[in-house]
Amino acid sequence: MSSTIKSPWLIHYDASSCNGCDIEVLACLTPLYDVERFGIINTGNPKHADIFLVTGSVNERNIGVLQQIYSQMLEPKVVIACGICACSGGVFRDCYNNLGGVDVAIPVDIYAPGCAVRPQAIIDAVVAGLGVLEEKRAAFAATGGKLAEKPVLASGLSSANKIVDGVSVRDAAFTKAREASKALASVTDRQEGANND
Amino acid sequence: MTIISFAVALVGFVIFAPVLGCLLAGVDRIVSARLQGRVGPVLLQPYYDVRKLLAKENRSVNGYQEFYIVLSLAFAILSGVFFFAGGNFLLVLFVLTLSSLFFIIAAYSARSPYADAGAQREIIQIASYEPMTILLCVTFFMATNTFNVSEVFNRDLPLVATLPLVFAAFLFILTIKLRKSPFDLSYSHHAHQELVKGITTEMSGRTLALVEITHWYESILFMGWVALFFIWNTMLAIPVVIIAVLLIYFLEVFIDNTFARVKWQAMLFWSWTVTIICCLLNIIYLIVLGYLG
Ligand code: SF4
Repeated sequence: MSSTIKSPWLIHYDASSCNGCDIEVLACLTPLYDVERFGIINTGNPKHADIFLVTGSVNERNIGVLQQIYSQMLEPKVVIACGICACSGGVFRDCYNNLGGVDVAIPVDIYAPGCAVRPQAIIDAVVAGLGVLEEKRAAFAATGGKLAEKPVLASGLSSANKIVDGVSVRDAAFTKAREASKALASVTDRQEGANND
Repeated sequence: MTIISFAVALVGFVIFAPVLGCLLAGVDRIVSARLQGRVGPVLLQPYYDVRKLLAKENRSVNGYQEFYIVLSLAFAILSGVFFFAGGNFLLVLFVLTLSSLFFIIAAYSARSPYADAGAQREIIQIASYEPMTILLCVTFFMATNTFNVSEVFNRDLPLVATLPLVFAAFLFILTIKLRKSPFDLSYSHHAHQELVKGITTEMSGRTLALVEITHWYESILFMGWVALFFIWNTMLAIPVVIIAVLLIYFLEVFIDNTFARVKWQAMLFWSWTVTIICCLLNIIYLIVLGYLG
C-alpha cells in the first residue's frame, strides 16, 4: 500500500448541477462524515488534486472547462461522477443544451448514482476510486514516470459527437431517452385515465 | 559558534527537524479537527501527503521554479543550522529572509495571476513581520550584550523575564510566520481560499513536496526561537522549554481555528502597532533597569 491512497486530494467541479449534489459533497467535509479521516483534502487547485469529483451534467458551455481541469491534473488521477446527472445526464437529459454525463467529456473511473447522491455514496465512491488510483500509480511507476497513454481530448469536439453506426452518440442517447419518457408518459396517462373513471 | 557545534547542529537539524516538524504538523491537523468536532486524519498524514506528492507526475510550469524552491529550502536549513549551533542571531535572520525571497521568486516565475497575487501578499507579510525580527535582535543584544544565541545558556534568568513584551509581540508575528489564520493571506493550509492556493497555486508534485518540507524545517526553527526565551543556566530549563513550546504551538493552532482571515491592511497595521508599542516599552524598561542595576 503506497502513500498515494492515504492522501487523496479532491477537486470538485459543479458542471451544471442543480446544487443538490454539491451540498452533499460539502456535507462530506462536515463533522458528521469528516472525510479528512481518510486524509482527504478539498483543494481548489487541479494541480494539487488526485481525484476529480464532478456533479451535474455536461453542456456545450462547460465541456471545455471540464476538459481543461482534467488536463491540468497530474497523473495518477481519478474521475468520479457524483449524482445521476453526472453519470448519465439524469433529469436534464432531454434538455436542448445537454450533452449527457461526464463521460462524454472526460474518461470517468467511478460512477456514484443518486439524486442527490448521498454523502455515504460519495465516500464509498472515493474509497473505490482509491483502488483505481493505486492501480494507475503502479502502472505509472512501472513506466518510469512516463505516461502509458494520454487521453486525447479534442477541443470543441466531444465524444458526444462521435458517430457510431451512422448516428451520433448524443442523438442515439436522445432518441433512447425520448422513447423512455414516451413510454413513461403513456403509463401515467393510463393511470390518470384510471383515476378519472 | 565552533566548527564542532556547527557540525553537530548540521547533522541534528537536517535529520531531526523534518521528523519533528512533520509530527508537529500532524498534531496540528488532529488538534484542529478536534477543535472543529471532527476526528481528523492520522498523525503521520503530512508524511503521507509528501510521499504522495513525490510520487506524482513530474511536471512544472517552467524549468527553474523547482530550483528556486530548492534554494529556499537550502537557506531555511542553513538558517536553522546557524541558530541551533548557537550562532549569530543576525545571520540567522538574514539567511532566513533569503529563503523567503526565493520562495517569492519561485511564485513570480510562474507568471500566473493567482501565484502573483499570492507572492504580493507574501511580500506584505514579510513587511509586517520584518520590523519585529529586527527589533528582536536589537532587544536581544540589549539584554545579553551579544548576538550569539548560545549566550542564553549562561543567563541566571530566562530571557522572557527581561523581555516579556518583546515575547508578546513575537507571538503576534509568529502567527504570520507559521502561516496561520488570521494572517494566512498568501497561502492557507486548510480548505481552499479565494486565491485558489495563493503562492503555491502553480507548484505541484515534487515542488510542492519541497515547499511542505521547508515548512517543517521552518516551524522547528520558529519553535527554537520560542525556546530561546525560556532557557537559562539550570537543568530545570528543559521541562520548562518543552512545556512552553507545546503550549505556544497549541495557542497558535487555537488562534488558527478561532479567527477569520483579515485583510492585509489590518495585518500590516496591527503587526506594526503591536511591534512598536511592545518593543518600545520593553526597551524603556531595559534602559531603566540598566540605570538601577
Ligand atoms: S443528481 Fe439530482 S441532486 Fe444531483 S445535480 Fe442532478 S438533479 Fe441535482
